[in-house]
Amino acid sequence: MTAGSGLSRLEGRDKVTGAARYAYEYPVEDVLYVCPVGATVASGTVTEVDGTAALADPEVVAVVDHTNAPRLLPAVTADELVFQSPSVAYRGQPVAAVVATTLEAAQEGAAQVLVRYVEHPHRVALDPDDPDLEQPETTNAGFPGTSVKGDVDAALADADVVVDHVYTTPPQHNNPMETVAIIARWDGDRLLLHDSNQGPWAAATGFGMLWGIPPEQVSVVTEHVGGGFGSKVWPTAGAVVASVAARVTGRPCKLMLTRQQMFTMAPARTATRSHLRLGARRDGTMTAIDHDTLQYSSVIHEFVEQTGSATRTMYASDNLRIRHRLARLNLPTPRVMRAPGKTPGMFAVESAMDELAYALGLDPLELRLRNEPSTDPASGLPFDGRHLVDCLQVGADKFGWTARDPTPAARRRGRWLFGTGLASAMYPVYQQGGKATARAEPDGTFHVSVAAVDIGTGARTALWQEAASVLGVRSVVIHIGRSAYGRSSLAGGSAGTASWGGAVRKACAELRRLLAEHGGAVPRDGLEVTADTAADQLPPDKARHSYGAHFCAVRVDADTGQVRVDRLLGVFAHGHALNARTAHSQLLGGMVMGVSMALHEQTVIDPRLGLFVNHDLAQYHIATHADIRGLEAHSLERADDDVTLVGGKGIGELGIVGSAAAVANAVFHATGVRVRDLPITLERVRAA
Amino acid sequence: MRAFRYARATDPGGAAALVAGEPDAVYLGGGTNLVDLMKLGVLRPGLVVDVSRLPYDRIEHLPDGGVLIGGAARGGRIMRDEALRRRYPAVTRALLSGASAQIRTQATVAGNLLQRTRCPYFQNTATPCNKRDPGSGCSAIPGAHRDLGVIGTSEHCVATHPSDLAVALAAYDAVVEVRRPDGAEVLVPIADLHRLPGDTPWIETVLEPGDLVTGVQLPPPPSGAVATYRKVRDRWSFAFATVSVAAVWSADEVALALGGVAPKPWRLTATERMLAGTDPTDDEVRAASRAAFTDARPLPDNAFKIELAADLVAAVLRDLRSTGAGR
Repeated sequence: MTAGSGLSRLEGRDKVTGAARYAYEYPVEDVLYVCPVGATVASGTVTEVDGTAALADPEVVAVVDHTNAPRLLPAVTADELVFQSPSVAYRGQPVAAVVATTLEAAQEGAAQVLVRYVEHPHRVALDPDDPDLEQPETTNAGFPGTSVKGDVDAALADADVVVDHVYTTPPQHNNPMETVAIIARWDGDRLLLHDSNQGPWAAATGFGMLWGIPPEQVSVVTEHVGGGFGSKVWPTAGAVVASVAARVTGRPCKLMLTRQQMFTMAPARTATRSHLRLGARRDGTMTAIDHDTLQYSSVIHEFVEQTGSATRTMYASDNLRIRHRLARLNLPTPRVMRAPGKTPGMFAVESAMDELAYALGLDPLELRLRNEPSTDPASGLPFDGRHLVDCLQVGADKFGWTARDPTPAARRRGRWLFGTGLASAMYPVYQQGGKATARAEPDGTFHVSVAAVDIGTGARTALWQEAASVLGVRSVVIHIGRSAYGRSSLAGGSAGTASWGGAVRKACAELRRLLAEHGGAVPRDGLEVTADTAADQLPPDKARHSYGAHFCAVRVDADTGQVRVDRLLGVFAHGHALNARTAHSQLLGGMVMGVSMALHEQTVIDPRLGLFVNHDLAQYHIATHADIRGLEAHSLERADDDVTLVGGKGIGELGIVGSAAAVANAVFHATGVRVRDLPITLERVRAA
Repeated sequence: MRAFRYARATDPGGAAALVAGEPDAVYLGGGTNLVDLMKLGVLRPGLVVDVSRLPYDRIEHLPDGGVLIGGAARGGRIMRDEALRRRYPAVTRALLSGASAQIRTQATVAGNLLQRTRCPYFQNTATPCNKRDPGSGCSAIPGAHRDLGVIGTSEHCVATHPSDLAVALAAYDAVVEVRRPDGAEVLVPIADLHRLPGDTPWIETVLEPGDLVTGVQLPPPPSGAVATYRKVRDRWSFAFATVSVAAVWSADEVALALGGVAPKPWRLTATERMLAGTDPTDDEVRAASRAAFTDARPLPDNAFKIELAADLVAAVLRDLRSTGAGR
């Protein structure tokens, strides 16, 4: 089985039979259970943590808080610096933890800990008129906070047609099936972790920074992970609590966040507000794109969602202005989630494009064709493979778009109103350098190790295929999930498999050369090569993205306003896929997330209490099976998209980008109601 | 979770004896709500008495055309009862629209009727809630109340009863069989089972300590009646009702019960009076439905439920009419 083919997952049987062992499941002698206690005020100072009642239970070993926790050093965000001060920046922030010999005792102990506070006023509402908004210089992933080309205001004033609307997305939470889970153990000044994360090397680095030890002194084992979506990219507050508890008690400590704790002790996506103004000439040529974005971060750390970053590169316009503003609220620091920035930003852009098409009397596909840029609009760089038009046209053909009557609210059968909509997708190409080791044994087997992690993407299988393909044999054993394998990429930025795969390819190719030098014979001690791709990275001379197009058909109940997505068809240009089956699965998964974002997902904030209200999966709705019908993903493997060390471009996050706008645009076509605030709830559809 | 004792009742008298003198005892049916609330610390019983294996799991079709469904009967089995599906379609449709297949298979009828509100504040011990912590205040009224009640509520509580089944049972005028601790059997019309919150929102039913719901009697459906249950919710499976309606419609009368709007299954008695014996237009149904909400106490984010309910009742009666109902 070679690269590109649809080999099923190597660990599939282990997973479905329960044999696959996840972080929390490793048997550890003398282990203690940890339950964090979250703050019950949204802003304030802890004046007392009274653990007396908790400690009365003989099964409770310790109560940890800011008075007895060891000092930590700044790492990735301030949220991870647990128990370092009595300050409370948001509700749910860990203020104590109970450590006990049983899980039940730890949880009951946490309920018995009495925390007293001096409460301060708090702010949790995203308000465009907030006088304290910040204008950050850069956003997450290093985009400029503000970028301006030409004179947007003059172009808008001169435009024949202007679309000017505000689009919002609510806070959203990553909800992997497996919550944050960890077993932490100290061996002198070595930290040993069984941890659920999106990169064992990143975990070793992050924990090392927190504890002031080199990453080599942190041993991270991450064999299987039940999903991440961004929530496990760096050590979470929840996971750090376990390492602190282990330090304080001197015993191994295990912790698995409850679903409710995931909402404040692991990161989520900020709410966003996009003010979009598009100007165009009567013939559809766009003359101005103005995207003014607002997002929040916590009061203890600056994280700026790159909400406007996709807008920099989508459509041609001589006048382009992207701005990011930041509110500082008493909420956990938001971080990356499922195509950060691109997902909320493209909901706004692709909705506004649909509105512009209607304002011009143009087909929305035609509008996009007329504004296809020849070079990257913001940077002027040439593109390294850009097949947006290809995706749109192939998608239109497969979907049957051309016969579409654009008139809104004109197709009713019985109680149902029918409509269709489209939207574009894009995701940048990222690739990180890292190490991989390939080893040949005299018995004919090969062992390839890389500090990769399979968070459900199929990475393990794809990497095995890469190794087998380069080595030309099937007798390859792939080893991933250990920081000990050396510096390596995260499963993030849709870059994991390309980055790890690049290192695996290089190591295997060098081993093959070495083998040839030995005449094909493996010496008794074996042959081993460690390759590093740090110097093999893409030069910043071109604009590199993968692209896609979504076509959506919905029906809306004319009596109730309920929306059902009958069909969502995506066409994606991402170049060569290492494994066609798991690539397809990832694209479908992204599209499901897009439907979920369009119709369901929102974390509700109680402004009075500063509370994430719906902090479980009964209340935080994600799409169920019944919500997903007629899902199709098609891939265009164009050779000029083969830009990374393994060929193609990233796939993981592409499917979600733009999909919510395709749904919203279809709802407009069905009903004549433009919902600009996600999710598209029935009362929003009925409001018009 | 607080440590608790578990006991399994082997006969009805034994169940009563086990809970006698135990003020923090609870009965356990399918456990799909009770155990969740125990994990959340909302309920902290000292003794859990498992009554799920008592002989109350029968489904008995009676000579008079009615049916008796045992309190320990589980949803999965009820839905497979062919005669029940034919004669009481609103009941089986309501059951099918609730929860997930796994939960339906586990949950009992008695537990379904006595399940607690899913108000987010009731389920979160770190927030004030008059139902969970009397006198602490209602967080929902000034907070997130979009999914909560618009009628029958009070200034102290706006929780809704989450059951789908109970709404259908209300439309059929079901009667709840209750076994008292002394062995006496009493019958409680389902309309009287749940209490409105008033200024005692922590008291949710007329049941007394030790009372055991042993079954539900459904009277024969009205002659020639057609019936259905329709649930409007935020996704197509596994969500509580935003608004739901059970309708039982015959030539002379119509019974309408709503879910998702009130602390109990909410019969639209005013609407029923106005529509009985008529062949109303959609607009007449909407007007009659609105008339049932004259005492409503909508909040800013859930006021839409009233007009949604009116539209839903109109849609359901329109559908039933096309199957030959009413006339």
